[in-house]
Amino acid sequence: MSSLLRFFLGIILVSAVFFYTLSELNSSQGYSGKNTLTIYNWGDYIDTDLIKRFEKETGIKVIYETFDSNEAMLTKIEQGGTTYDIAVPSEYMIDKMRKEHLLIPLDHSKLPNLKNIDPRFMDLPFDENNKYSVPYFWGTVGIVYNPKMLNGKKINSWNDLWDPDLRNKILLVDGAREIMGMGLNSLGYSLNDTNHAHLQEAKRKLDTLTPNIKAIVGDEIRLLLQNEEASIGIVWSGVASEIMSENEDLEYVVPVEGSNLWFDNMVIPKTAKNKEAALKFMNFMLDPKVAAQNAEYVNYSTPNKKALAYMPKETVNDERFYPSPKLTEKLEVYENLGKKNLAYYNELFLEFKMHRK
Amino acid sequence: MNNKVTRNLYLFPYALWIVLFVVAPLLLVLYYSFFDIEGHFSLVNYKTFFTPVYLKMTLSSFWYAFLITVISLIIAYPTAYLLTKTIHKQLWLLLIIVPSWINLLLKAYAFLGIFGTKGIANSFLEAVGIGAKQILFTDFSFVFVSVYIFIPFMILPIFNALNELNPTLLDAANDLGASKWITFRRVIFPLTIDGVKAGCQVVFIPALSLFMLTRLIAGNRVITLGTAIEQQFLVTQDWGMGSTIAVFLILIMFLIISLTGNRKRGV
Repeated sequence: MSSLLRFFLGIILVSAVFFYTLSELNSSQGYSGKNTLTIYNWGDYIDTDLIKRFEKETGIKVIYETFDSNEAMLTKIEQGGTTYDIAVPSEYMIDKMRKEHLLIPLDHSKLPNLKNIDPRFMDLPFDENNKYSVPYFWGTVGIVYNPKMLNGKKINSWNDLWDPDLRNKILLVDGAREIMGMGLNSLGYSLNDTNHAHLQEAKRKLDTLTPNIKAIVGDEIRLLLQNEEASIGIVWSGVASEIMSENEDLEYVVPVEGSNLWFDNMVIPKTAKNKEAALKFMNFMLDPKVAAQNAEYVNYSTPNKKALAYMPKETVNDERFYPSPKLTEKLEVYENLGKKNLAYYNELFLEFKMHRK
Repeated sequence: MNNKVTRNLYLFPYALWIVLFVVAPLLLVLYYSFFDIEGHFSLVNYKTFFTPVYLKMTLSSFWYAFLITVISLIIAYPTAYLLTKTIHKQLWLLLIIVPSWINLLLKAYAFLGIFGTKGIANSFLEAVGIGAKQILFTDFSFVFVSVYIFIPFMILPIFNALNELNPTLLDAANDLGASKWITFRRVIFPLTIDGVKAGCQVVFIPALSLFMLTRLIAGNRVITLGTAIEQQFLVTQDWGMGSTIAVFLILIMFLIISLTGNRKRGV
């Protein structure tokens, strides 16, 4: 009995020491005060040096948390457990969030740097007049492939992927909209199509791709493609440019049938406690030099027109990652299809995943 | 009288815990399962569950959980038996338990490297002349990694049961002329069956709802009920359907526990 008592006392003592050290550490770094800013962003989607610089310049302490899907982020913000001051959802999610009154309108007078943004990325249908959101990054969905591993074969379209020679060579990203969109696009339908007959047709077409698919994975796709585990991957442009900088053999193409054009914007969710700091941070990130540094770190395309001047020419002139307006015209932005249609997309995607070779 | 009051007082934290963290969540899951995606009360989710998609998924979840349990048992029983025969029992046992302290995700990522096209496993296969094979993203890798992760939980209860076995019983069996096999079948196994049951429960039930491994190691080529629940909650946001699958999973688990549980011991 006494040894048990000693055991518990030991645990309590150790916990007390840890707790004390933690609170000491927090207060010495300034986390205890009210002057904090909680940012909720995608994983590996900011140059952390910039956060440190922002903290130094403003004296505001930043708490940084990450999510891996728009839906996971929405669930957390709806529950309201954590007081996120800034979140970075994609366009269709912004549309959904503003309709569900989860966003706080932005005070544009506090965002003078908004003028640096290319007008092409302002005032888009998902958020008219940028009432709620500020552009962060943009890009496309496409095919990254390794011509060396494919004996010099070139891939230009979604339909090229159905080539029987590509057996067991393709990695797909685990996203219902992306993969169902690929099926729809390959048939010439819009990737916002909600006609059940078209969606069924797209699912049946995807089923016939199964022999060529090696796996359907999440963020691991970067590692797997970079290590030449597979020769073809369906990815977002930023993922492509990141792994291409690690493995020079890789090539990226936006399929000719059309694809997805997406935008990730910064918003202030209604859970925010420190709106002042959130606006300060947004304005900081809109600074051309800051945006340029961030874009070079993250490898996605920045919507900041002035920032392009501070970036290497070969990056900015690369049509694969900075497609001209003429090229992006063919691409489609995801619309918020509503819960019911989204559920149907996911149901078909689940059935597709269950389809065996 | 006084005794009774103190006893109830001691029971209170336990009862509170059970109500708040076991009963209430279960009731919530049941409650949510009666709502469709638009928040209307309906039984549509239960109807959906009995469509081929979900029935197939349930069957395949069962099949993989069954495979994982059986293979774990086949490996764990002899291992546990050997462990009881070694001199430094506790040390060997510790070596088997230590890997279960490491985070499951870390272990899964390690297997991505080991089973990869250029991983150790394939270098070995090439060295012995078999040639590189696709190991990652197959049924084999999924079952292998799952068994690797679950096996300590199978070994522990069996080891405890074997360790508590009275050695004089074995001597008695030997004296009465039982062969080694008969001794195992009639004496050792029946006396350790509780350990085997406990091990199977601890492996089978979580194996039914595995979800991270299905993506990382099986590349979503294996879809279990756990994957479906994760997708319904996090992607589709259909809490009703996710809850319905969870309700069935809970029912199945209760069924398994009541079937394999310790009934009153007969002779």
